[in-house]
Amino acid sequence: MAARIGEVIEASTGSFVAECYDLHSPPPLGSLVRTSDSEVDIFGVVCHASTESIDPGRRPVARGRDEHDEENIYRQHPQLSRLLRTTFETLAVGHRQGDNIYRYLPPRPPRVHGFVYLCEPDDVRRFTASLDFLTILLGAKEVTADEVISACLRLASCAYDDSRAFLVGAGKELAILLSSDLNRLNSVLRRIRQ
Amino acid sequence: MNESSAHGERLGIVVGGSLTGGMEVKLDSATPIEEMAVGRYVVIEGQTSRFFGMITDIELGAIDQQLTITPPDIADSFIADVVTGTSTYGKLQVTPMLTISGDATSLLEGPKPVKTVPRHFSPVREASEQDVELVFGREDERHFYVGTPLDMETKVCLNIPEFVTRSNGVFGKSGTGKTFLTRLRLIGMVQKGAAANLIFDMHNEYGWEGTSEHVPNVKGLKQLFPSQVALFTLDEESARRRKVSTDYVVQIGYDEIEPEDIALLRETLNLTEPAIEAVYQLAREFGQARWLEGFFDLSTREETKELLEKLHVHESSYRNLRRGLERLKRLSFLTPRARDNSVQRILEYLDRGMHVVLEFGRYTDITVYVLVANILTRRIYDQYRERMERAMGEKVDKPHPLVITIEEAHKFLNPEVADQTIFGIIAREMRKYNVTLLVIDQRPSGIYDEIMSQLGTKATYLLDNEKDIDSVLMGVSGKSELKTVLSKLEAKQQALIFGHALPMPVVVKTREYGSTESYRELGFREAAELKRKAEEEIKDLF
Ligand SMILES: Nc1ncnc2c1ncn2[C@@H]1O[C@H](COP(=O)(O)OP(=O)(O)O)[C@@H](O)[C@H]1O
Ligand SMILES: [Mg+2]
Repeated sequence: MAARIGEVIEASTGSFVAECYDLHSPPPLGSLVRTSDSEVDIFGVVCHASTESIDPGRRPVARGRDEHDEENIYRQHPQLSRLLRTTFETLAVGHRQGDNIYRYLPPRPPRVHGFVYLCEPDDVRRFTASLDFLTILLGAKEVTADEVISACLRLASCAYDDSRAFLVGAGKELAILLSSDLNRLNSVLRRIRQ
Repeated sequence: MNESSAHGERLGIVVGGSLTGGMEVKLDSATPIEEMAVGRYVVIEGQTSRFFGMITDIELGAIDQQLTITPPDIADSFIADVVTGTSTYGKLQVTPMLTISGDATSLLEGPKPVKTVPRHFSPVREASEQDVELVFGREDERHFYVGTPLDMETKVCLNIPEFVTRSNGVFGKSGTGKTFLTRLRLIGMVQKGAAANLIFDMHNEYGWEGTSEHVPNVKGLKQLFPSQVALFTLDEESARRRKVSTDYVVQIGYDEIEPEDIALLRETLNLTEPAIEAVYQLAREFGQARWLEGFFDLSTREETKELLEKLHVHESSYRNLRRGLERLKRLSFLTPRARDNSVQRILEYLDRGMHVVLEFGRYTDITVYVLVANILTRRIYDQYRERMERAMGEKVDKPHPLVITIEEAHKFLNPEVADQTIFGIIAREMRKYNVTLLVIDQRPSGIYDEIMSQLGTKATYLLDNEKDIDSVLMGVSGKSELKTVLSKLEAKQQALIFGHALPMPVVVKTREYGSTESYRELGFREAAELKRKAEEEIKDLF
């Protein structure tokens, strides 16, 4: 069973935001997650995560001046874990209907409160069998887009026996997509090289 | 049909090109460019037909000029793997030569010349053994195996009956393999029985045995086909020294030498124009058959002076001629009267369907070679012409096709003499009288253009003189591409063959000759083995 890690709390066409069930434990940057809109499974790549106060009006204050140990702060103030929450944002990169995987945007965004799962290696391999979704990541407005792409490819490569071959293949795909921007290509390649 | 042998490895896709300039093929990133080689065959899978072509150039490409200015860090093997085939890629220039259509009728008709090009992005594969076989035929009663294409095991075969319908040539620098290939072709002609052969064997390489740089000696035609080959020699002594038993010793009488023969030797005998003129004068005075003897018979000063005055020959021309002709006089096979008619003997063997090799023994001098080859060929040719003409008029059989092999062909076929020599005539009239030439030369640029262009099938080994290359490739379509291919041939045993008897140009590693294995493949059985076989048969009888 894939690990259920959170729930959608905000959804739009190209992205969705989820809240983690565990504070401070978002899925790693670039990992592939899955949720659904009841008919289709929607795949997303984690592009951002944050931990903030639940109440936007109340920012956390520093509490550890007299403590030796960080953990003690949470032990002393058990309410803290209920006042804070960790959320992460994903870019929707594809969806699955029946047995078919499409590496482009789903027809509808996921439902709020949809469960979010971290994809198992099997799913990762199936989804990354084609790298067409890289265009979505490359086109993302995020300033960290290149970091997301390289993290995504590095993580995905762990699902393969020959991770280098996967990365070389992905590198070639990028070399074609980024043929007009060699600086960007080089910076991504340096982040995924093995 | 086995999938892997039916289709070669995929190499890339067509990205551009033209019928005249050849196709541009972008290599797939998985195809290692350093394993490509010019001269190799590829098949382009067009939409409706398959195109058979040859790699004529290999290039490197980069999608962005910037990449060549700030090269990627390919010391990093990961980056190197990524950029090859993407940002940087290999390109092939492929000259399409034939089309093989998919449907059954065209399969039966065989490959056809190309009239169009494959569409964009057609996949390109290495030619499979089957493709090559489809193009070059299989070894059979007409096709003789001459070599293998670059990096392939398939046999390239020459259509021998087609081959002998035209005069042909073998060219290349010294030591590249001309003699070996010629020997193979002769064997092919003997085996397929397509023509009788007369070989003017300047260096005693074709008859009994030839030399090789590797094996001690290689077998000549007589050893392989003892009952089909007659060995003639000009030099019995040399044959005896080499322990070669010959069938006939050739002598040539003074009466057989005509003024034209001397004209042909003008350069090698260092004769002046007036001296040649004097020869014709002498022939008019003494008669065609008597002039040389008459000349040598001039004994007294007065007699000579009188004759010179009568013929208006200048004293210096006479002395020049004398010096030249004295050189001939020293040749032991030249006698005032030959005891037998050599031409008749040669014809007798040829008529019996045998092949005649004439060894020159110690007479490896070009003067002798040109003189003897010319005298004998002229008269043999006359006979063939007569018979052909008779065959056309009456209901008698045409003479069996004859192929005459000559080396140092430019000595017979250079622009100055080609018009006069019998060889020039034979080369030019194709097969009118059932006689064709097989010419061997290391300096093809010396051969008259007009004759070069008449040669049906040409094989050329490496040549390094630009003029020679131009002369060999003259008039061939795709010349500039073939030029690249020719210049990249290996120093030995690799030849570009093209023309009449082949559907398209081909680079071959010529068939290995000289090992016991090679003789066996050619059907040769050692005496011991034959004896054993005979004994077994006798045993079986009783
Ligand atoms: N088909 C062949 N099989 C074996 N050896 C060959 C072959 N072709 C060439 N060679 C080698 O190359 C050498 C030179 O070949 P040769 O035919 O004598 O050259 P050329 O007549 O062009 O001067 C031979 O002595 C032989 O060792
Ligand atoms: Mg030779």
